[in-house]
Amino acid sequence: MTGDLLTVSGLTKAYPGVVANDAVSFAIREGEVHALLGENGAGKSTLVKMIYGLVKPDSGTMTLRGAPYAPHDPHAARLAGVAMVFQHFSLFDAMSVAENVALGMENPPPMRDLATRIREVSETYGLPLDPDRTVGDLSAGERQRVEIIRCLLQEPRLLIMDEPTSVLTPQEVEILFQTLRKLTGEGVAILYISHKLEEIRALCDHATILRQGRNVGTCTPRETSARAMAELMVGSSFAAPERARGGKGDVLLEVSGLSVAAQGQFGTALHAISFAVQAGEVLGIGGVAGNGQDELLAVLSGEMPVPAETLRLKGATIGQHGPSQRRAMGLLTAPEERLGHAAAPDMSLTENAILTGAARENLVNRGFLKWDAAEAFARRIITGFDVRTPGPGTAARALSGGNLQKFVIGREVLQRPEVLVVNQPTWGVDAAAAAAIRQALLDLAAGGAAVICISQDLDELIEISDRFGALSEGRLSEIRPTQGLSVEEIGLMMGGAHGMEVAHV
Amino acid sequence: MVLSSIDPALLLASLIVASTPILLAALGELVVERAGVLNLGVEGMMITGAICGFAMAVNTGSPFVGFVAAAVGGAILALLFALLTQLALANQVASGLALTLFGLGLSSLLGQGYVGIKPPPTTRLDLPVLSDLPFVGRVLFSHDLMVYVALALVALVWGLLKYTRAGLILRAVGENHEAAHALGYKVVRIRILAILFGGACAGLGGAYLSLVRVPQWTEGMTSGAGWIALALVVFASWKVGRVLLGAWLFGGVSVLQLNLQAAGVAIPVEYLSMSPYLITILVLVIMSADKSRAPGSLGRIFHASQ
Repeated sequence: MTGDLLTVSGLTKAYPGVVANDAVSFAIREGEVHALLGENGAGKSTLVKMIYGLVKPDSGTMTLRGAPYAPHDPHAARLAGVAMVFQHFSLFDAMSVAENVALGMENPPPMRDLATRIREVSETYGLPLDPDRTVGDLSAGERQRVEIIRCLLQEPRLLIMDEPTSVLTPQEVEILFQTLRKLTGEGVAILYISHKLEEIRALCDHATILRQGRNVGTCTPRETSARAMAELMVGSSFAAPERARGGKGDVLLEVSGLSVAAQGQFGTALHAISFAVQAGEVLGIGGVAGNGQDELLAVLSGEMPVPAETLRLKGATIGQHGPSQRRAMGLLTAPEERLGHAAAPDMSLTENAILTGAARENLVNRGFLKWDAAEAFARRIITGFDVRTPGPGTAARALSGGNLQKFVIGREVLQRPEVLVVNQPTWGVDAAAAAAIRQALLDLAAGGAAVICISQDLDELIEISDRFGALSEGRLSEIRPTQGLSVEEIGLMMGGAHGMEVAHV
Repeated sequence: MVLSSIDPALLLASLIVASTPILLAALGELVVERAGVLNLGVEGMMITGAICGFAMAVNTGSPFVGFVAAAVGGAILALLFALLTQLALANQVASGLALTLFGLGLSSLLGQGYVGIKPPPTTRLDLPVLSDLPFVGRVLFSHDLMVYVALALVALVWGLLKYTRAGLILRAVGENHEAAHALGYKVVRIRILAILFGGACAGLGGAYLSLVRVPQWTEGMTSGAGWIALALVVFASWKVGRVLLGAWLFGGVSVLQLNLQAAGVAIPVEYLSMSPYLITILVLVIMSADKSRAPGSLGRIFHASQ
């Protein structure tokens, strides 16, 4: 450990209506992993974008290795030795790995040499990657490797990582951490943004905590409990989700022998999926993104038609029904993509409430909308789920990701579903809001509904689900009780290994 | 036999001439669309180029000055589109359609004094030895300079997109403008440059019609060539080689059906006139059945928010 690599002092950035960063100061030492913590909208993204030259600060200064540092664009940042791995990958699907890497470099070598160097670096850091493959065909973990290798080829002094583990299996996370430790051993500093506090405790040397754009404290994650860090982020204490429930009831939804061909160029086929959920339980379905989660949700919601007898709701075949009929029968769904799939971005919250709630909440009268009832329903969601917004007339697009997520989950929960299917219910949502959403799902199950929670967040699934299964290349693993499952076993289930292999570990 | 009156060498030579206008326009539009912008104003830019080139060539007596003026005219009209869509963030489809209507009107206004005038002839290159070769000389080596300029542009654009960093960045901007912006590329600037290039190419294509192919000025003389160029880009799956092939196919069927009409083949004229459009699109549809797809950001408005 030597001196400070990057110091940030008094950095301020205001957007119309909000101060994203208010006089933020902190320092990153050479060779350390420095965590940046905060709720959604706390200003983490704005802060790293200023360090990476994507956003210009209104005031404040930065120094890099003692010299003044004010990058006016990402090229300048990269030349100064700052590299960044984005949360939403900045990759080009139709291009090859090598082309994607070349686009993120300042002076890329000719393509042939570049392919060789990609192979070298990927072997050195244990990140296998074929430079000739098309990025659109890669898994999320492999895509992240592309981003990381793109950064490593620049030999950065500071690597910024924005939520790097949200799409990885536990094994992939371990590989990533090994790579990061190797990098810090070489003196590279890493600025690490994550919502997963246990990871931060395992990996990071120091943490800076942001709340509403201000630096509210620093801590040493190894010596601070995850709960204490979460409370620092939120500024108050909050309740962890609690299970309080009766026994299980009848089977509500039964899926048998469900197979679906892959849709589109980058889709996944589903193979012979069978499972059943009972009233009063939460079934967790894990797996790395792109292994059939979206397809499974589309089949359950009714967006993708399947043979009638593959799906049964309370004994009645529903495979032939579309989403509206299934909603009327009590099967509700909340897809992952908030803007565009779960909510129409440019429509108001009231209108979005009508879109899925029309039938069950009785918001339509002979084809005419009941605006008063719809607005009352939207208000109930807003108050019931603590959605922070000026009012139900606000466009969905104007809400932050976490708040919109609370709204779309609340909208389904309040319609008293008998079976609720959610995909990534707390993706990109901060700790307090995530706890509230999980609590709502648990309460729903306790009230006698069946909940299917598709998620890539294992901690979440372990926390709320009674039984757990994993999707891998469109196949569903054996479903096992969550209690007593170890993270290693879950990792193997996600990797496609089934019963027998697990027993040998 | 009526077909014996058709001279294959002449047919192939006129194929190349007939295909040059849409080849130029389609090539420009291909670059624009690879940068992620859908400019439906090709027809308007072509006809503006046609009258700008015609007027300047008549006034100066130099077809070369005419072609330069045509490129500038097309680019100026494209600049209007660029300002609307890239800076004012207007809808690209609506702006492009408006550009076509505006270009058609503007060209009639500019062309009022030029109806019925003959432009200065564009000289054919007379390459020693090569032009005198039997058949090949007639087909390949005795055209005007613009034919070769167009073919050189095809090679240039192909090489640029495939092998250079500039081409890679252009494709990246068209594929995913948010990611390109996050990596620090100037999305709007690159797109404006691409739009200007597209306008200049369309202008050249239009001037080739009014100065070489026809050669005279009549209102609305492009008669849908710009739309064919647009369709060509899509059905050619945004690939340069296929645009060239499509343009030749269209040009070839066009001259062939004219020759067949002249030879008095017993097919109704209406069928013959529609045949180039039908055959070109049919062939390209079959060819584009592979997995190639449009640039990911095509037609989407980019704004560097957040």
